[in-house]
Amino acid sequence: MADSPSNPARRRFLTGAATAVGAVGVGFAAVPFLSSFQPSAKAQAAGAPVDVNIGKLAPGQMTTVAWRGKPVYLVHRTERMLETLTEVTDKLRDPDSSVSSQQPAFATNLYRARPSHERFLVIVGLCTHLGCAPTYRPEVAPDDLGDEWKGGFFCPCHGSKFDLSGRVYKGVPAPTNLEVPQYVYVSEQILRVGGTEEDVA
Amino acid sequence: MMNNLGKWVDDRLPVSRFWNAHLAKYYVPQNFNFWYYFGSLLLVVFVLQIVTGIWLTMSYKPSAEDAFASVEYIMRDVEWGWLLRYMHSTGASFFFIAVYLHIFRGMMYGSYKKPRELIWIFGVLILLVLMAEAFMGYLLPWGQMSFWGAQVIISLFSSVPVIGPDLAQWIRGDFVVSDATLNRFFALHVIALPLVLLFLIGGHIMALHEVGSNNPDGVDIKENKDATGKPVDGIPFHPYYTVKDLFGLGVFMFIFAAVLFYWPDGGGLFLEHPNFIPADPLKTPEHIAPVWYFAPHYAILRAVPDKFFGVVAMVTAILILFVMPWIDRNRTRSIRYRSTAFKVNLFAFVAAFVGLGYLGTQPPGPIATLAAQLLSTVYFGFFVALFVISRLERTKPVPERLQ
Repeated sequence: MADSPSNPARRRFLTGAATAVGAVGVGFAAVPFLSSFQPSAKAQAAGAPVDVNIGKLAPGQMTTVAWRGKPVYLVHRTERMLETLTEVTDKLRDPDSSVSSQQPAFATNLYRARPSHERFLVIVGLCTHLGCAPTYRPEVAPDDLGDEWKGGFFCPCHGSKFDLSGRVYKGVPAPTNLEVPQYVYVSEQILRVGGTEEDVA
Repeated sequence: MMNNLGKWVDDRLPVSRFWNAHLAKYYVPQNFNFWYYFGSLLLVVFVLQIVTGIWLTMSYKPSAEDAFASVEYIMRDVEWGWLLRYMHSTGASFFFIAVYLHIFRGMMYGSYKKPRELIWIFGVLILLVLMAEAFMGYLLPWGQMSFWGAQVIISLFSSVPVIGPDLAQWIRGDFVVSDATLNRFFALHVIALPLVLLFLIGGHIMALHEVGSNNPDGVDIKENKDATGKPVDGIPFHPYYTVKDLFGLGVFMFIFAAVLFYWPDGGGLFLEHPNFIPADPLKTPEHIAPVWYFAPHYAILRAVPDKFFGVVAMVTAILILFVMPWIDRNRTRSIRYRSTAFKVNLFAFVAAFVGLGYLGTQPPGPIATLAAQLLSTVYFGFFVALFVISRLERTKPVPERLQ
């Protein structure tokens, strides 16, 4: 062994090549550590659909069910409530539900619901801002929400407002409408949250 | 006999060399005042958190099913468990009290300036990791505030463009905050982040002992050395400052004990009331607020009426500290020799920080939001003003020696 390499260029190349190969190895070795943070197979399997009987839900009432650990709100809207949807249009950020990630194709309408049951609203009860559960505020013009309020959802954390179709108002921190989950009616009374058309076909 | 043993060890491990280099013959300025207590106090609180934390893990169960009940078990059934738990939770708040005062000391006396930039950068890194440590620890009792606080903070990551939602899911390990989240936060809180903190604190102190401490006059004591090479205005850290710091520790522990025994929840600031209710993933508490030490940053987040830019503002509020050594372009270190403009600016910054802290614990409303926007402007304005003032201001002459 000589004190200094007889061929420095070759030594440099070998050092560089070994470092590069080592770095690739570290990169591959990091994959299991980072991937283990992903939802496990168990967590992914826990997303089973939930059946709800909507027959006992009186007009104006809301009920909450847990689906995939998230609160899902079911609201039986009255005729008057449906009328308010067109009265607030110009105060909304996305009145036409144009952000496609926020509802399945069947709910891209004024009621954000399946046309067969347009009075029933089904939404994920997590604010699109930072994920708090908004409260259902069906009353008209309460003290804390002002005279303009026609009913809807109000997030207590950061004050985001949504109408009775879960559409977000302008000038609040939430960027998009509340999410409508995939759901289907397996019978006239039974609604399956997380279910698709294949369930009834 | 003992001398021989000491020599035997010393020949094999540099114990006495270390003792001399960092304590007995480590020379520091002789004019340290009240503000210089907090460094050593932080070290003590760090050890206190580690020790009480180890004891808490002996009875705590990191699962969504058992976590809340196991904390109550510690509080009611474990011998002295309540004391260990309250020491840990009160310790967290006192950690931040001391950290904020320690940072303020650095700002007052220009401790971040050349040649101490790296010490400051290590310090800001410690602050960041400490915040992560505190945040993850707050999830562990699995109360309502634990759950919804974590939900909100993890959701902050979902505002990152393109990868945001996947990133938030990666952090949670589930579609919502769940058992998986709790379990990994436990691992990070009790092992990973304390280890990182230990290394960062080591780096902070090594960098400090390489260049030596600043002081309230901002005078470099290494410029004036006697014939033997010792700074004439310096005294050895041990015994002078070990004794002084022990006195400070006594006072600190007196206050700590008073809070611990008579006011452990800090009136809802140290332990928030909704956290005595088990986590309910279907219902957000009426009013959710962060623990007091995150309140200023939270108020900045809320002040911006846009999801992405709110997060950007909040993160910037902390990261901007990294460049403090280059924002302040004046070579005069201590506030004692700086202009009135500098003093007013610093005072406004502190007032804004405290004001934002108050607003961050309050429910949102039109007036509160307006106030938060105003104070956020003052907060960031401090750095802009400092950049300008530090170049233009007329400073008083800095003496050659300590006064």
